[in-house]
Amino acid sequence: MPMKDEDVRWVKAPRMGLVEKLYIPAIMQGFQTTLKHMFSPNVTQQYPEEKPKLPANYRGVHRLNRDEEGRVKCVACYMCSTACPARCIDIVAAPSPWPDREKYPEVFVIDELRCIYCGMCEQACPCDAIELTTLFDHTGLSREEMMFDKEKLLSVFDQTVAAGTDPIRTRSGKLSIASEPIASEPIASEPKASAPKV
Amino acid sequence: MAVVYVNDKPVDIGNDKLNLIQAAERAGVFVPYYCWHPGLSVVASCRMCLVEAGERKPDGTISMQPRVVPGCQTPARDGTVIRTQSERSIHAEHQTLESLLLNHPLDCPVCDKAGECHLQDYSYRFGRATSRMIDDKNQPPNKPHIGEHITLFADRCIMCSRCVRFTREVSGTAELHVINRGHHSEIDIFPGRPVNNKLAGNVVDLCPVGALCSKDFLYKQRVWFLKSEKSVCPDCSTGCSIFVDHNKDIVFRLRPRENPQAQGYFMCDEGRFDYHYINARERIKVPLHKGTATAWEKVIPSLRRELAESAQKDGGRLGAVLSPFLTCEEAYLLAKFVKGLSKEARLFLGWVPVRGADDTYPKDRKGRPIQPVKFTIHAEKCPNRRGVEEILKHFQGEVVYFDRALEAAEAGDLQALYVTGGYPPRLGEWLPAPVVQKVSKAPLLVVQDLFSSEATKAATYVLPSSSFAEKDGCFVNQANLAQAIHWAVRPEHHSRSDGQVFLDLLERRGLLHAEKLRQELSGEVPYFAKLGEGDLGELGVRLG
Repeated sequence: MPMKDEDVRWVKAPRMGLVEKLYIPAIMQGFQTTLKHMFSPNVTQQYPEEKPKLPANYRGVHRLNRDEEGRVKCVACYMCSTACPARCIDIVAAPSPWPDREKYPEVFVIDELRCIYCGMCEQACPCDAIELTTLFDHTGLSREEMMFDKEKLLSVFDQTVAAGTDPIRTRSGKLSIASEPIASEPIASEPKASAPKV
Repeated sequence: MAVVYVNDKPVDIGNDKLNLIQAAERAGVFVPYYCWHPGLSVVASCRMCLVEAGERKPDGTISMQPRVVPGCQTPARDGTVIRTQSERSIHAEHQTLESLLLNHPLDCPVCDKAGECHLQDYSYRFGRATSRMIDDKNQPPNKPHIGEHITLFADRCIMCSRCVRFTREVSGTAELHVINRGHHSEIDIFPGRPVNNKLAGNVVDLCPVGALCSKDFLYKQRVWFLKSEKSVCPDCSTGCSIFVDHNKDIVFRLRPRENPQAQGYFMCDEGRFDYHYINARERIKVPLHKGTATAWEKVIPSLRRELAESAQKDGGRLGAVLSPFLTCEEAYLLAKFVKGLSKEARLFLGWVPVRGADDTYPKDRKGRPIQPVKFTIHAEKCPNRRGVEEILKHFQGEVVYFDRALEAAEAGDLQALYVTGGYPPRLGEWLPAPVVQKVSKAPLLVVQDLFSSEATKAATYVLPSSSFAEKDGCFVNQANLAQAIHWAVRPEHHSRSDGQVFLDLLERRGLLHAEKLRQELSGEVPYFAKLGEGDLGELGVRLG
């Protein structure tokens, strides 16, 4: 349906004055911005020659932590693979070869292509064995290459420790609540309901 | 007629002899417990089921007992009053759980029981969030030597003594006992006398915490990944009701399912641990025609044609062997197919494996069975002889046994022979070489089995068979109890279930629907009349 003539309002551009018609103020204004940026500090990062320094809570490639003796810290409890919304963690547990532990992961594979880097695995981990690091630029030539196994994930740990880019939780040094006693709770905190006389 | 008042709600328990836990359950009130088990004696040692109990007098006044009582040990009578939500009951629950958790290592992340652990569940529902224990926990060492199939994590034990009572009362072998006293009590065996009786695996199910674990299942899978399907153990004619626990089309374990009509609460280790063949890689996966893998779409029509030709020539020289590992529905379909080709076709009952004599429990100190019998492992190691026999009787008036099939084949009386197997490899090669020589005298030999054998080498057609965990149907046990089995895992990519193969041979359209087939079966074979609507429920239907 064509528009009716009475619905159309014609608007004209305002008439320019003499100063405006010279265009010189507008050009000067433009040069002002250009000149300001010429002398302000440089913000462009020269990636990949320069690597960005990412915050310690960045969620990049996973690592499997080692304990003090250099063994894998994971106890193969499957909490991470249970919590994982992308179902990218595959664990095969086995009785551990060490006397201080019942169970350890014989196989621990993360499909880094399937992972959505949500960080649920490190939240679920009861012994802080899995963490997301600041490494983000991992590439591979095949899908198989991006299935990170236990050795690869442990090597990510060694790499990040050597580079001094530990994730934030390791820096704070605190274990998750499940593994530490609550020191703040005084022993005298009896339940509110006093025991009935029996 | 007895009326019990559970949390002020009247419940009629009739004339049943119940304890307070059961009476409360009738009212829909849950009373937590560890040491009590309906199949074992009552000791009231865990103190988890402490509730307030009292009596309602005929004039309506209520007098409560001045203390909490163990619900498992207190019988419910007319007028019994149970209070589970009173301050005193709840306080008792808290205290009991705190005491049970004093020495518990709380290693749930590495414990196999986590997810189905009663200590975990009740602590979550009734317990406190933190421990006030400041001393070192008493943590006795693990005892992996305790049995061939079971291992003991002694630190997780809460001393409910269910396992001890089981070995004393049900298996009668009494290997397990409690050593030391009080705080230092431990479950242990006598030196050099491990728990290797045939019912030992049940103590793993009985253990309410993760103290007794199955070596077979240890660390294989977290229980919350497992899906359970109701089924029936095919390893003997007792027909124990079971759960098949599986994930990603792998069977991880079998567990007994309570069924007073079949076996009670337990199952034997032979059945429990004999499932690995289902996951075996060596199984026959694709149909073979003269030794070459052929697609189902080609095999079925050509097999049907060859069998029909053979039946046309001489119906009496066509035979089919119905294995007692077939479900009733499958046996019915195969019998119908073969008899449909020719009225004279001969049906045989497959090999019925028998090992020794019926093994009853409990046993006495010297291993002799004693009365009353609480569990029987039958000598007949197949699930459905009764069902297949009745189908054979219906279709040809009598049951002809396997050796007659061999005789007929040896004498050259059989032009075509269709042999179904499905025997688990534990029973040994069911068609040894001399038998195969007899059978292979039939020019057209069809073998439908789980594993390759001498017979499959000699056969013209080899069809993959399906195990009990891969098919729907029903088994009839030695006591004429028909129980439904359901498929838990899918057969390998190219494999079809036995029933589906028979349906395809019969040129019936669609997929196998066991309930529909049972309706058909009940209408046609009088023995199965009680199957009626086809729904067997969870506990099964007694036939005959």
